Amino acid sequence: MNHWAFVIAAYAVTFVGTAAVSWVSWRGMRRAEAEAERAGRA
Amino acid sequence: MHRFANPSRFLKIARPLTGWLFWPGLVLLVAGALCGLLVTPADYLQGDTVRILYIHVPAAWLGMAGWSGIAVAAIVQLVWRHPLAAIAGRAVAAPGALFTAICLATGSIWGRPTWGTWWEWDGRMTSMLVLLFLYLGYIALANASPRDGQGGVSPVTAIFGLVGAINIPIINRSVVWWNSLHQGPSITMRGSSIDGSILWPLGFTLLGFSLWFGAIVLMRMRTILARNKVEARLQRLARG
Repeated sequence: MNHWAFVIAAYAVTFVGTAAVSWVSWRGMRRAEAEAERAGRA
Repeated sequence: MHRFANPSRFLKIARPLTGWLFWPGLVLLVAGALCGLLVTPADYLQGDTVRILYIHVPAAWLGMAGWSGIAVAAIVQLVWRHPLAAIAGRAVAAPGALFTAICLATGSIWGRPTWGTWWEWDGRMTSMLVLLFLYLGYIALANASPRDGQGGVSPVTAIFGLVGAINIPIINRSVVWWNSLHQGPSITMRGSSIDGSILWPLGFTLLGFSLWFGAIVLMRMRTILARNKVEARLQRLARG
């Protein structure tokens, strides 16, 4: 049994999950803060 | 503690802290993962699958630490009525659920070549699955219940977070209390049963993922606070 296939699958799951949450959280923060700044100026 | 109830004071610290946690966290976890994949030797019994350790253990730690954080935030919210505690509880839920899911997925992938099965209804795996369901329930309850315009979680959701904490010691002790396919505690206060040549990158990934987790929680708290600001502004405009 090739163990590396399992190792790569585990790291890929982790990479995709952490990258997705990082992107969604960062984009949500940037959008919300830009909107708050615009609302503050209006 | 109430000094930070003022969002502007909190944001003054949270803004620079987000980057200070995120980038060193990312460097550490990438370095730890690369060392775990390329530098450390394979285990004499498990072979190369032991390398899943460097992501599985931090995921388990952060899944449990995340819910412990929710429980602490719930106490602070319910006892001291600290507005940021309610926001912190809400912000921890999504990354906590993510790491619990990663722990279950990587554990299952590790189990197939090691135990010959993807899943077994034993104490450790089942209690970890219960934790994932608790996170999903908490997120659903937080989204469904009224938030009093503060952007945090309702008192009912906070109580749910507090009651759910009973599962944390169950997860921790499950491999001691019940016969399990999962190995017993290999890292304790008295030391580790894992050989040092395999163990050392785990420190990098544990610290790296923890810093990254902190940065994501801060990002999500900043998002909620910014939305609160917009909501308050719209309400003022609506009142004229």
